[in-house]
Amino acid sequence: MALDTAAVVAELRETFASGKTKSYEWRVSQFKAIVKLTDEHEKDIIEALRSDLNKPEHEAFVHEISGVKSSAKLAMKELRRWMTPEKAKTSLTTFPSSAEIVSEPLGVILVISTWNYPFLLSFEAVIGAIAAGNTVVLKPSEIAPAMSSLFSKLLGEYMDSSAVKVVEGAVPETTALLEQKWDKIIYTGSCKVGRIVAAAAAKHLTPVILELGGKCPVIVDTNINLKVAARRLISGKWGCNSGQTCVSPDYIITTKEFAPKLVDALARELEKFYGKEPLKSPDLSRIVNSSHFNRLTQLMDDKKVSGKIVHGGQRDKSNLKIAPTILLDVPADSLIMNEEIFGPLLPIITVDKVDEGFNVIKAREKPLAAYLFTNDKMLKEEFIGSVSAGGLSINETTLHCTILTLPFGGVGESGMGSYHGKYSFDAFSHKKPVLQRSFAGETAARYPPYTPEKLRFLKAFLAGDILGIFRALFGW
Amino acid sequence: MEEIAARVGQNLAELRQNFSSGRTRGLEWRKTQLRAILKLVAENEDEIFEALNRDLGKHPVEAYRDEIGVVKKSAEYSLCHIEKWMAPKKGQLPLLFFPAKAEVLPEPLGVVLIFASWNFPISLALDPLIGAISAGNTVLVKPSELAPACTSFLACKIPLYLDNKAIKVVEGGSDVAEKLLELKWDKIFFTGSARVGRIIMSAAAKHLTPVTLELGGKCPIILDSLSGSDLKVAVKRISGGKWGACAGQACIGIDYVIVQRKFAPVLVELLKKCIKTLYGEEVENLKNICRIVNKNHFGRICNLLEDPSVAASIVYGGSFDKQNLFIEPTILLDPPLDAEIMTEEIFGPLLPIITLDEVEESIEFINARPKPLAIYVFTKNKTFKEKLLQETSSGSVIFNDTMIQFICDGLPFGGVGESGFGRYHGKYSFDTFSHEKAVLHRSFFLELEPRHPPWNGFKLEFIRLAYNFDYIGLLQLLLGLRRRYTSRTVH
Repeated sequence: MALDTAAVVAELRETFASGKTKSYEWRVSQFKAIVKLTDEHEKDIIEALRSDLNKPEHEAFVHEISGVKSSAKLAMKELRRWMTPEKAKTSLTTFPSSAEIVSEPLGVILVISTWNYPFLLSFEAVIGAIAAGNTVVLKPSEIAPAMSSLFSKLLGEYMDSSAVKVVEGAVPETTALLEQKWDKIIYTGSCKVGRIVAAAAAKHLTPVILELGGKCPVIVDTNINLKVAARRLISGKWGCNSGQTCVSPDYIITTKEFAPKLVDALARELEKFYGKEPLKSPDLSRIVNSSHFNRLTQLMDDKKVSGKIVHGGQRDKSNLKIAPTILLDVPADSLIMNEEIFGPLLPIITVDKVDEGFNVIKAREKPLAAYLFTNDKMLKEEFIGSVSAGGLSINETTLHCTILTLPFGGVGESGMGSYHGKYSFDAFSHKKPVLQRSFAGETAARYPPYTPEKLRFLKAFLAGDILGIFRALFGW
Repeated sequence: MEEIAARVGQNLAELRQNFSSGRTRGLEWRKTQLRAILKLVAENEDEIFEALNRDLGKHPVEAYRDEIGVVKKSAEYSLCHIEKWMAPKKGQLPLLFFPAKAEVLPEPLGVVLIFASWNFPISLALDPLIGAISAGNTVLVKPSELAPACTSFLACKIPLYLDNKAIKVVEGGSDVAEKLLELKWDKIFFTGSARVGRIIMSAAAKHLTPVTLELGGKCPIILDSLSGSDLKVAVKRISGGKWGACAGQACIGIDYVIVQRKFAPVLVELLKKCIKTLYGEEVENLKNICRIVNKNHFGRICNLLEDPSVAASIVYGGSFDKQNLFIEPTILLDPPLDAEIMTEEIFGPLLPIITLDEVEESIEFINARPKPLAIYVFTKNKTFKEKLLQETSSGSVIFNDTMIQFICDGLPFGGVGESGFGRYHGKYSFDTFSHEKAVLHRSFFLELEPRHPPWNGFKLEFIRLAYNFDYIGLLQLLLGLRRRYTSRTVH
């Protein structure tokens, strides 16, 4: 049966118009349903992630399951406060008046999710949309098919299907969905498809959140605790879906002098994490599919860089696994330095002085995240002041995304809009200002017939110049 | 065309270079530019009045109230608050991350493109400019060619007062706009129609450029039953709001009025009286009211009255002065709802009155139409106010007044749905032209080993407890007082 996207949207609009999704109770009931389905089907979720990505159970738990439960619980805890109108300041110019900003749902939201953290990234957006009182369509990624079917089953069973729907499918279904008018679209994925989503949204004046990616750089200074830094780098790179993560370190910049020490430290810690034969480690995710596997092997085998591999390089085509691979001193014009790697290859660029790293970063598009390992206060300040990225972490990788009080989103090529925590609630709301005036406090100067006296009064009035107002009123 | 392309390309390159140099980032530079804007409007007030009179026949008092005064107030407000706005905001961190620090740091987006509209050509160019400068960006302003005197004024004066390496003005029509839209900007701010809004957004999509679209819509007034002085005040505010702001050519301008059928005759009489007092009686002798901006729009508005059933509903006015592009304030009573005057944004001095049996029906009426930029409601009925707030959606809602939200810096100004998205004014201007960058600082001290592979049951239990912020449980686990986790999966 062909997908009738218009009918799906119409049903959701009807549900929205009924006012059901605006109630606090309804929203909380959906959060409870999400926590319930996560608890009761933890095994199935872990299975699906193992099937789609060979994601180790611990990664699945830490990054996805716990993340979703945290978000849902935070929303339950804070929703009353988020929903409360915010008082706004008024000024002399509108006296007497009172003003507030009321959060209202936008209506019908389309969530186009991705394959690398399919459970987390789908629910994070759905929780936000529901928190704000909207109806939602979730379009999971077809590249993670086990999770996609699981969504259809679980959301159908646990959530209010008159307001929250799953539409499975690939490019044709997504295209059909994008032809409809939505009140907001959130898309997580590549810049290329991000442009297509933005263009489709433009036809309907639909605002969008685009969570894209980019080459997230890491600058590594010399005077640091190398062991801790190496472990955090490894966790952020290979411990996150084998580098297939939008905020994973993409490449490292360090001094020529320090690079060998860094490579050694990384190699040492990698062995502790994944053993002498990483391809056999159960703690390493595989590459999602053969298309991405081929893309990554091509990056490694590119003549300009194949001689630069200093660690790893092994691959297992039948199991779609690539070992943690480090490359040293790759040329700036190589393929690996000109597209987002999204995999377990880590190039290291060397510079003479560590602050030259800033120019390397600024020569490229703004990434979703940038990282710096240093103990140098001035370097930290310069990094924070001059590197533009979605978010920054100092002496850490990827962790800033787990902090729900920080906005998560990109800038420039890495995307637009942000979410997580209250930022999600805000992202899916319209913040409606409401100004209440009384019939008293009528200012004749607003109206014709216009006179020079009225002009003088207005000049003082708009400037809040009390003395000037008196003078104008008394004709001084 | 090529010459235009080269010119705009060069402007953009210069703005990008000057942004990269960091000249616009410091507090001092931003404050200097804001003071320069204040100086610009203060020293050229007469010229501004002259330009607005030439472009729109705008009276100096209206011009001050809606343009110069607005710009002055915005710049002063920004100067007063900018240092606070620029400061990083602390982010709350769970204990688990100790020792760490989190903050959200606003930073400029880079190079901003502002398209200003023709109806408030000074304030709709300078107000967003104030926001873009406050946030530390370089800016290109493209004023509307439909207000040529104001455009020339801005093109001439801005380079004299402001840093012309970082703030530029480009004149021209749709040919220039087209070339501008081919380039990559870090943000585009557009005020205008939904039709052009779509074009702008489509062009921006190619470069993943975020946009703010300040569009319009049919902003309704709901007039509940009022009496005595309240009713008189309401009618005055409606008249002033409709015809006293660019003759109805305003995005938040009143488009039509909804009233209970039995009150319509009283309303019409009061409006007539008010119009005569405020604006005069004959179209040749109209005063204190703007003219229509050009022949094109004049023709468009006159056409709205062509339909015989629409013409038949005119109860006051309806005359035009084609020579001088004036249209008399016109009231219509219950024109057909499917006529263009009720399906398109009027953007002119025609005021349809729609009557309903009960005022509560207005909610359904409004909801059947695209979301407007503002809804105005004159009522003292608390229940009705609540119902309207809950059940309708619009850019903003104003009770018992019109237009005035425009000068309230504490309120965000922007639309929803067809009336646009994004917002500005006051701090919202600063935010709209900023990127909020999340920053996490960690030290090397205190490493959380359970974060790292190789994985085992202990680490999983640790993380499970950590996500629940169960510090007692964590302590128990570390002291060996807790049962270990066993895998729930097959493996």
